[in-house]
Amino acid sequence: MIVVSKFRFLTTVCICLIGLIIAIPSSLDQKTFDKLPAFLQHTVSLGLELRGGSHIQLEVDMKTVEKEHQESIVDEARKQLRKERILYKKISVQQITKGGSTATLISLKNEKDADKVKKILLKIEPELEVIAEGAEIKASISEEFLEKFAKRIVGESIEVIRRRIDEAGTKEPTILRQGYDRIIVQLPGVEDPAEIKKRLGKTAMLTFHGVDEELETIPAQAGTRPKLPVKPGVMYLPEDKGKGVVYYVPVKKQVFLTGKSLVDAQMTIDPQTSMPCVSQKFDKIEGTRKMAELSSKYLHKQFAMVLDGKVLSAPVFQAVINNGTAVVTGHFTMEEAQELALLLRAGALPAPLNVVEERNVGPSLGADSIADGKLATLLAFALVSLFMMLSYGKFGGFSVISLTFNIILLFASLTLLGATLTLPGIAGIALTIGMAVDSNVLIYERIREEIRLGIRPAMAIAQGYKMATTTIIDSNFTTLVGSIVLYEFGSGPIKGFAVTLAIGTIISLFTTFSLTKAVIAIWLKKHKNQDIVI
Amino acid sequence: MFRLHLIRYGTKFDIVGKTKYLLSLAVALILVCMGSVFIKGLNYGIDFQGGYIFEVKIPGNPDIQTLRDKLGKLGLGEVAIQQFGASDEFSIKLEKSEDGAEQTVAIQKVKGALGDGVVYKKVETVGPKVGAELVSNAIKAVGFALLAMLCYIAVRFEWQFGLCAIAALFHDCAIIFGMFSIFPMEFNEMSITAILLTASYSINDTVVIFDRIRENLKRYKSLELKEIVNKSLNETLSRTTLTATTTLLSVFALYIFGGKVIAAFSLPILIGIVVGTFSSIFIASPLLVFMNIKPKKEKGAPEAANSM
Repeated sequence: MIVVSKFRFLTTVCICLIGLIIAIPSSLDQKTFDKLPAFLQHTVSLGLELRGGSHIQLEVDMKTVEKEHQESIVDEARKQLRKERILYKKISVQQITKGGSTATLISLKNEKDADKVKKILLKIEPELEVIAEGAEIKASISEEFLEKFAKRIVGESIEVIRRRIDEAGTKEPTILRQGYDRIIVQLPGVEDPAEIKKRLGKTAMLTFHGVDEELETIPAQAGTRPKLPVKPGVMYLPEDKGKGVVYYVPVKKQVFLTGKSLVDAQMTIDPQTSMPCVSQKFDKIEGTRKMAELSSKYLHKQFAMVLDGKVLSAPVFQAVINNGTAVVTGHFTMEEAQELALLLRAGALPAPLNVVEERNVGPSLGADSIADGKLATLLAFALVSLFMMLSYGKFGGFSVISLTFNIILLFASLTLLGATLTLPGIAGIALTIGMAVDSNVLIYERIREEIRLGIRPAMAIAQGYKMATTTIIDSNFTTLVGSIVLYEFGSGPIKGFAVTLAIGTIISLFTTFSLTKAVIAIWLKKHKNQDIVI
Repeated sequence: MFRLHLIRYGTKFDIVGKTKYLLSLAVALILVCMGSVFIKGLNYGIDFQGGYIFEVKIPGNPDIQTLRDKLGKLGLGEVAIQQFGASDEFSIKLEKSEDGAEQTVAIQKVKGALGDGVVYKKVETVGPKVGAELVSNAIKAVGFALLAMLCYIAVRFEWQFGLCAIAALFHDCAIIFGMFSIFPMEFNEMSITAILLTASYSINDTVVIFDRIRENLKRYKSLELKEIVNKSLNETLSRTTLTATTTLLSVFALYIFGGKVIAAFSLPILIGIVVGTFSSIFIASPLLVFMNIKPKKEKGAPEAANSM
């Protein structure tokens, strides 16, 4: 006899009922769903290819970050060397590998200074790897440090991206770190992400600089670059004056104030010119103080607001600004001013981002896939059920019960785990249906063999269960081991598929050894003395 | 009472005796398939090669040739246009793959060339870097998954069983790869999943038969290995065909009614299940005969089979 203890029976029933309650909301239409109490309003979350939307993979431009970091080291090193009166022939940042890795190269006049220089460099950046060969010194950033660096930068970028997307009002964006220097942005319901991509493509680094008084601003046609004078500590940056005219403004390299100190930015209309402009408010402590400092130093002189290497505007301070506000007037349209305000509010990206992958699915295609998937799943269920009943009669019917709960529990688990149902996931469900009955087939075949050996049916059922157990466990564990590894190393659709496969396997083990067994045990109790035909 | 029996009880097929022919058939098939993969290659999708895919609905029955000419001028590499479903729905594939800002420019170019009134059901771009990464990730994932399954078999059975399972798996994968190449189906990330599914089904199937062989090895200590394998194969034949049938039925439902994308995914699985079942019966188990397995002493294996 097979015996299912009362405790086990009750647990099985409980699990099935809970699964049913969790799975039902996913199958309801929106109206009924809204009437449910809040704790039941959870459904299986659908992947982008099913609900429609946009998937963008971004790469943080670590090469630029590395180069900029090296350049700041070189700037600092120059100062220190001058202070220490160490003479050098050349100091520069150079690309050292084909992949674009950079290093700081210093060639000294005097070989004896090498150790000193080494110490100076390590003081500036302790994570540098410094190699000295005679008078030639090479300092590069170690792989581990770059990795740590990338981790931090990706983390910061994700924050900024989230703020920019939230500001734009996109619902439920998913923003994830991917690998070493990648970020995945998923935007459900967004069909054409051109706007958002444009928004993410900007670093939006706002800086305030003084303008050099000795050099002149040079006007030029847009698209041309005039010959510009060179002066240490000064860079010429373009300012778009509209109508195809660009001014090259001599901006001092020293940064007085950055967008980091901003607490707010809004589009406003300039009352004098009735042109759109962006008003900024800086934080109370640092921003306000520095603004006051800058405006008193450059009172009645020109200063520049620079965004991503372009001058937004270069006005003259008319008074000392003590209240920590500033207004950018440029040649903006309303939209441009609004966009700039948004970017400034959301903050600057720590590094440029490149789009490396993009997938957009329209909502109609997703809806079609869901409808097709439903139909195929139902049909698979019907075909397999029919076949099982043809093959095993009543006992086939028992496995249909367990198959039903297999699907219900699968949906419930996906809902509970917050796993995403993808297109391969749907295929995984339909396949689970086909493979889930395998355990039942194994047991029933075993029972048939025992009966043929002349064992009493009730005994044969117990024996069949016992004999098939090892086989079922071995075959299911092989699948389970495979799908866990697959989940660990796979990405995208492979991961989605692995989840469904693993959950499906575990659930089919449960239904075979708890649910079907319980159903058969109950049936056997009622029909104790009947002949059993399987 | 009526019962459907795919396989009658008490078959006594001499499968091991025909190993020579079956193995030659399998080797020939593998050679053809691998040959096709090496000579003809695979029809890579943009997942692995990089590029652009547009699925569009263009009003007013446009001519494919004109479309192709228009898009060919954009300098985005080879253009492949396929009509599907309704006569105004097309899938357009462009081969050139780029990173960063060029992607957006290219999408705008194509949209410009197609003109107004076009409904974009799906737009995908994959840069060359991501493509290369997807390939290496997929290979890594599949490799490790297979290795893990084989380790499990080696631990639960004997290393010889693991070796035979590898041979069967190699056969399955080679033939499916070959199918992708011979009937040029697009090879993308979903295809990898299809191959994996086949592999896991096949190994599952093999394990069930191995399990019976292990059990019979202990039960019939005097029988020759050849007879034990034959006996085990015949005993499990009913289950093997039954499970293959239920699985095939559900994949078939997917293939017919699952829609375009799922259908493309189910076809290799349909083939894979047939191939996997074939390899479990005709390759993995008969190969064991050549493996010099001695009847097991009571070690390692679970005792359930002996406890009658």
